[in-house]
Amino acid sequence: MVKIELRVNGASRRADVDTRVSLLDLLREHLGLTGAKKGCDHGQCGACTVLIDGRRANACLALAVAHDGTDVTTVEGLADGDDLHPVQEAFLAHDAFQCGYCTPGQLCSAAGMLGEGGASAVTEDVAADPGLTADEIRERMSGNLCRCGAYVNIVAAVGEAARA
Amino acid sequence: MNRIEGRDKVTGRATYAVEYAVEGTAYAHIVGSTVARGRIRAIDTAEAYATPGVLDVLTYANAPETAVDNPELALFQSRDIAYRGQIVAAVIAESAEAARAGAAAVRVAYDAEPHDVTLRADHPGLYVPDKVNPSFPATTERGDVAAGLAEAAATVDVTYATPAEHNNPMEPHGALAAWDGDRLTVYDSTQGASTDRATIANVLRMPPERVRVVSPHVGGGFGSKGTTRAPAVLAALAARVAGRPVKIAITRQQMFDITGYRTPTVQRLRLGADTGGRLTALDHDVVEQSSTLVEFAEQAAVPSRMMYAAPALRTCHQLARLDVATPSWMRAPGECPGMYALESAMDELASALDMDPVELRIVNEPAYDQETGLPFSSRNLVACLREGARRFGWAGRDPAPGVRRDGRWLVGTGVAASTYPARRRPSRATATATGDGYVVRIAAADIGTGARTALAVIAAEALETTRDRVHVEVGDSDLPEASLAGGSMGTSSWGSAVVRACEDLRKNGGTGAADTADEIAGDTGFARHAFGAQFAEVRVDPGTGELRVARLLGVFAAGRIIDPVLARSQLIGGMTMGIGMALMEETRPDAEFGGWVNRDLAQYHVATCTDVHDVDAVWVDEDDPHLNPMGSKGIGEIGIVGTAAAIGNAVHHATGVRVRSLPITPPAIVG
Repeated sequence: MVKIELRVNGASRRADVDTRVSLLDLLREHLGLTGAKKGCDHGQCGACTVLIDGRRANACLALAVAHDGTDVTTVEGLADGDDLHPVQEAFLAHDAFQCGYCTPGQLCSAAGMLGEGGASAVTEDVAADPGLTADEIRERMSGNLCRCGAYVNIVAAVGEAARA
Repeated sequence: MNRIEGRDKVTGRATYAVEYAVEGTAYAHIVGSTVARGRIRAIDTAEAYATPGVLDVLTYANAPETAVDNPELALFQSRDIAYRGQIVAAVIAESAEAARAGAAAVRVAYDAEPHDVTLRADHPGLYVPDKVNPSFPATTERGDVAAGLAEAAATVDVTYATPAEHNNPMEPHGALAAWDGDRLTVYDSTQGASTDRATIANVLRMPPERVRVVSPHVGGGFGSKGTTRAPAVLAALAARVAGRPVKIAITRQQMFDITGYRTPTVQRLRLGADTGGRLTALDHDVVEQSSTLVEFAEQAAVPSRMMYAAPALRTCHQLARLDVATPSWMRAPGECPGMYALESAMDELASALDMDPVELRIVNEPAYDQETGLPFSSRNLVACLREGARRFGWAGRDPAPGVRRDGRWLVGTGVAASTYPARRRPSRATATATGDGYVVRIAAADIGTGARTALAVIAAEALETTRDRVHVEVGDSDLPEASLAGGSMGTSSWGSAVVRACEDLRKNGGTGAADTADEIAGDTGFARHAFGAQFAEVRVDPGTGELRVARLLGVFAAGRIIDPVLARSQLIGGMTMGIGMALMEETRPDAEFGGWVNRDLAQYHVATCTDVHDVDAVWVDEDDPHLNPMGSKGIGEIGIVGTAAAIGNAVHHATGVRVRSLPITPPAIVG
């Protein structure tokens, strides 16, 4: 067991964890934050996406003990009190989810992606700022699977949040 | 209009089965068989018990007795192994990590026997089952098919293959069980709290009233959560043995083994038509598989019985019982693989006749259901085809394959028809006036369909009030008993009960209740089906075989649409799953070791965001008084019916290559 301390959604959280515990299981099983979802536990579906020090990451592929001292934001921490994050508002407005299980990961992924910039695999001119076209959003959000098939609405929602 | 639970879902507050915080909960992890056929000789649990944190190990030697009428749920009741991955032990521990380590330390010795997990059209064990899912005859014949083919101006005789596919809802199957004396609460991931409760009670030989299933949010199901799965039973057994609540969330890999899948099929279609395109004969022959434990026969040829006017028709299903897990429902069982084959064959027939494929379907429109002799309650396939052709820009399409280039791409378009039955099942509901509104209660399930919202819309209309004044409670077996979310019957079934309960309230004052069993027993006299037409445009790189679905348009006729936002989401969701079916979804049997070769989302590919471009769904107005008080038809499944055929037909139009085996991968195109 190892003692760690990290900031989660702005609050300091201490835990005494088994070295095998993933950051995802730390959140879900130890800290009572079940917003981040376990869909595959292998970094293949993106349902566990959180922001670690502002960057989107698969929490299932992160060991908790390796994240002592980090700053983690989960879907529970995206909103500012009752004021939803623009991607949350946009997902509601565009009906960008059905069962809701991939949604926390989609939201954290989108929130992280909006701040990334740079070129992607579909960028034609890598020297220019591609802007968040629909093709760029599709490519940059393709690590987050949605089995209900809400991608069309997700792309519309993320596009709106990008313009907000 | 937002979903009622939308804010909970975007803020992480919506709670799914294994997320409930129940004091003292232990964790379980399962051990699956490593052989596909044989018998357990012995299980050595010493090392597992010695693993730190392990509380107990369940095996055939110590597990409580259960009913055995459903062998897939009769956990630990037999030493016989019917398929690789079948549950042989479970480890209960203080933590998820300890349970997993303990499971890895369980040593199982088997007396293995040779296995057979590969379906073949000439499998020696093929037989005709008594019925196909749920209760259709396995074979039908009317008219003289041989004569119809002999007199035809054009015929096709083609065989299509569809692979095993796995539902793969995003939320893995899981359950948390807690006993309070002789009462059991199961937080389960299920498509129907009432039916789940009945099954769990039966397996555990308990009166149903002592079992409660709680499932307010379900992370998708697509059929795999329509029947009770092992985790619910296992959690209950483990909690009984451990003397404390136990939860089990199975892994994505284990989902491939024990949560059902769509059977692979081999389908031979023989069609004949006269010079005008009118069918003279239709013969649909299906080969599929089931397990040695349970006979599940998918009704793939059933839609061919009513889809078109054909004076001579024969359909047949044959099954091979293999050393595999039992196949089950996956989004539009029957219609989905069957219509892929029929609608691909119709495209081939159109080519053989040099006839437009939209027109071919229109000239074969039947005046009534030739299978039952009944009139259709409503049938607007032709309207869907014409409206789709107009919106898609079908007019003037050059039928020649392999001739349209746009840069490196070959471009083609295709069409296919969709259909799905419009049925409903008995349910109960109550409606109660509160000071400032109404509460509607029904054990419906919201697996992502927006059931709460749809039922609030329905109740508000029946009560002549606004949606925001109706509070809907679903997802709990303590609520009035309801049918499950499956077969595109949810909204029709639950909505009927809700309307009747609201009518009762308005008659009586403060409260109303309804049971629709008698009303639904009268649902005779009509053939009730939804219809649709799907149009696809694909772009194929002939050098690499890279294939992109550039456009997909579905036009549907599904009665009255209750909520346009929810309806469009569900229809394009089905079509999106259809893109996966067409291009990538395939679970390959492991001939050498049994089970499946690909057991995770890195190797079983579903459509991702970057695979889905311009997908849209619209509908034609349809007023059908013979369905239910809402006038609605279910829309959860029809979206995936026809998608793969439309895409495959477009691939042929683009490239001239006719791929008759799904999925249509680059090697299949470049050969």
